[in-house]
Amino acid sequence: MALSQAKMDATEARLSGLTLPEDGGWISASRADAQTRLRAMGMPGRRDEYWKFTRPDTLVQTDTPQAAVFDVTDEAPVFDAIDRLKIVFVDGVFDADASDDLTLAGVSIERLADAGQTDIHWAKDIYGVLETNGQVPVERPLAALNTAYAEDGIVIRATAKVEKPVSLIYLHKSTTSDATLHHVIKVESGAELTVLENGPAAARFNKVMEVEVADNASFHHIRAQGRDHERRAATHLFGRLGTESVFKSFTLTANGVLTRNEVVLELTGDDAQAHVAGAAMGDGDFHHDDTVFITHDAVNCESRQVFKKVLRNGATGVFQGKILVKPDAQKTDGYQISQALLLDDDSQFLAKPELEIYADDVACSHGSTTGAIDEESLFYLQSRGVPANEAQGLLVLAFLAEAIEEIDDSEIADDIRDRLEGWLKRHRD
Amino acid sequence: MLEIKNLHVKLEEDKQILKGVNLSIGAGEVHAIMGPNGSGKSTTSYVLSGRDGYEVTEGSAELNGVDLLDMDPEERAAAGLFLAFQYPVEIPGVGNMTFLRTAVNAQRKARGEDEMSAGEFLKVVRAKAKTLKIDADMLKRPVNVGFSGGEKKRNEILQMAMLEPKMCILDETDSGLDVDAMKLVSEGVNALRDEGRSFLVITHYQRLLDHIKPDVVHIMANGRIIKSGGPELALEVEHNGYADILAEIA
Ligand SMILES: Nc1ncnc2c1ncn2[C@@H]1O[C@H](COP(=O)(O)OP(=O)(O)OP(=O)(O)O)[C@@H](O)[C@H]1O
Ligand SMILES: [Mg+2]
Repeated sequence: MALSQAKMDATEARLSGLTLPEDGGWISASRADAQTRLRAMGMPGRRDEYWKFTRPDTLVQTDTPQAAVFDVTDEAPVFDAIDRLKIVFVDGVFDADASDDLTLAGVSIERLADAGQTDIHWAKDIYGVLETNGQVPVERPLAALNTAYAEDGIVIRATAKVEKPVSLIYLHKSTTSDATLHHVIKVESGAELTVLENGPAAARFNKVMEVEVADNASFHHIRAQGRDHERRAATHLFGRLGTESVFKSFTLTANGVLTRNEVVLELTGDDAQAHVAGAAMGDGDFHHDDTVFITHDAVNCESRQVFKKVLRNGATGVFQGKILVKPDAQKTDGYQISQALLLDDDSQFLAKPELEIYADDVACSHGSTTGAIDEESLFYLQSRGVPANEAQGLLVLAFLAEAIEEIDDSEIADDIRDRLEGWLKRHRD
Repeated sequence: MLEIKNLHVKLEEDKQILKGVNLSIGAGEVHAIMGPNGSGKSTTSYVLSGRDGYEVTEGSAELNGVDLLDMDPEERAAAGLFLAFQYPVEIPGVGNMTFLRTAVNAQRKARGEDEMSAGEFLKVVRAKAKTLKIDADMLKRPVNVGFSGGEKKRNEILQMAMLEPKMCILDETDSGLDVDAMKLVSEGVNALRDEGRSFLVITHYQRLLDHIKPDVVHIMANGRIIKSGGPELALEVEHNGYADILAEIA
């Protein structure tokens, strides 16, 4: 379909301010290809079906919308107590001094720029490749933009069970920063890797992570998106899963004026398992969008989507989630739940859950609910002496519990639970 | 202890339920309320504990001289009021143990006392649960979720035992209990009886009152207490139903 003139103009306007990084190696071809693909699809616009619930304007516009820097002083940084290898980016630029030495048994870690300059590199088969696969049947122009123009990123290859998590820390120090990061991860057959991500990253953040999980490998991903109220982020997580592999991703989002998290997974090997979960809490000028697309293309795979949102004072939550079961993907077990707890009448939740099934022997279920705090439960707790706001906090945590349970590591889960409790204490009337 | 005077209550949709309830319970006393279905027994207990949806149009209720009706439900609890619900609420996602500890500590805090340490709490709760035959699994599960009718009632009594309230209202705690559980629950209640603690036991059956001996029995009908007497009044109801009593006052 030919692009409208308006869309073409918007796309050229955006690209005019950008220059393709000149890395020199294999990556140049991937970048050029992405740029061509982006021109063909055009930047997302307000009329696009996939952007019906979330206005892409500020993610697309040439001038970076500013965001005040928020210093967290009332709690320790998330994951602080977890033994991990730290990789720090400041406003989207790798900071070697602030980062740990990038050597860790069972894993190789390089900067994208270094990996990209070479003639031959394993990352060539993933960079922009999973992203390209993820452009069908729905286009994701911001991801193509990222592949073309990513300024920095990290390339990780795990070949064994990696002892501690690799932790990507995104600091935000400039009110006008516009960061584009692209990470490539390969978990080789039988290997195990946990990746943590935290922090706001920039005033505006565009991030792509492409993850190849080979046969019998397992990948765990836990992120916390930073409490800066004015930040904007568009993130894409592309995953390809091999036979008997495990992929688990959990995201905590507290605050942020605009967040669009897309997860696009392809289960290509039999008996693979993919879980994606999210807990989002917003107060006031908060817009959070989880857009998930899971394709089952192998036999006896399991996928779970568990997304919970707590919204107050006019906050908005969006969920677009799809399970696509291809004709040969028999014995698929697909589960999808998206729920919002509205703490007042001003907040809203917009959901579009979808199942598209072409195999006949599958078990798929989905559900989406919007509700308020249960008054009976609240009274019961109060009648036992629990103050109303504390009782509400207990009920909110109970509501979020199913999402938190998707985190396997109990130390990390406890850390995340503490964040939620902290948020609830700060956001009481 | 509890002083209810001329209490009139209507629902927010204008339906008058209580039409002048008078009730005075002294410290250390056990009173029972019996009465036909729909007469206003549960409504009385809910209004006392501060549930939403009722409007007090006349009258008063005081606990040890303090106006109850002005307080939030949690303040009433901290002041020593406890209601064992006729229909205990299931709360998915909130562990029974977490719930109990939060409640105990919230009340202590409200009274300016120190919180109970996790270790001490665990010891006390385990001991009390054991006497009510509540097993460790039930303590770990979400509040009342998947509990049988009788288990829910025993869980109410466990909460009461942990919170050690001054004024305990038991709304049909006997319904749904098997014969043995009724004995357990009664023993649990009797163990708490002392000079500084009072009970209001709402029941349909004399059987419970064999175990928990009341000082006074009241009959409630159509939003009022229409007759009060000794334990023999419960026996009369057991044998003859309410027809005679209702006819008497008509
Ligand atoms: N929320 C409500 N909406 C409508 N009617 C109500 C409501 N709550 C109570 N009622 C009515 O008020 C009356 C008193 O109810 P209540 O539950 O107090 O009776 P009860 O004496 O406890 O009866 P039971 O012995 O059956 O438990 C009943 O007619 C009941 O239908
Ligand atoms: Mg009743």
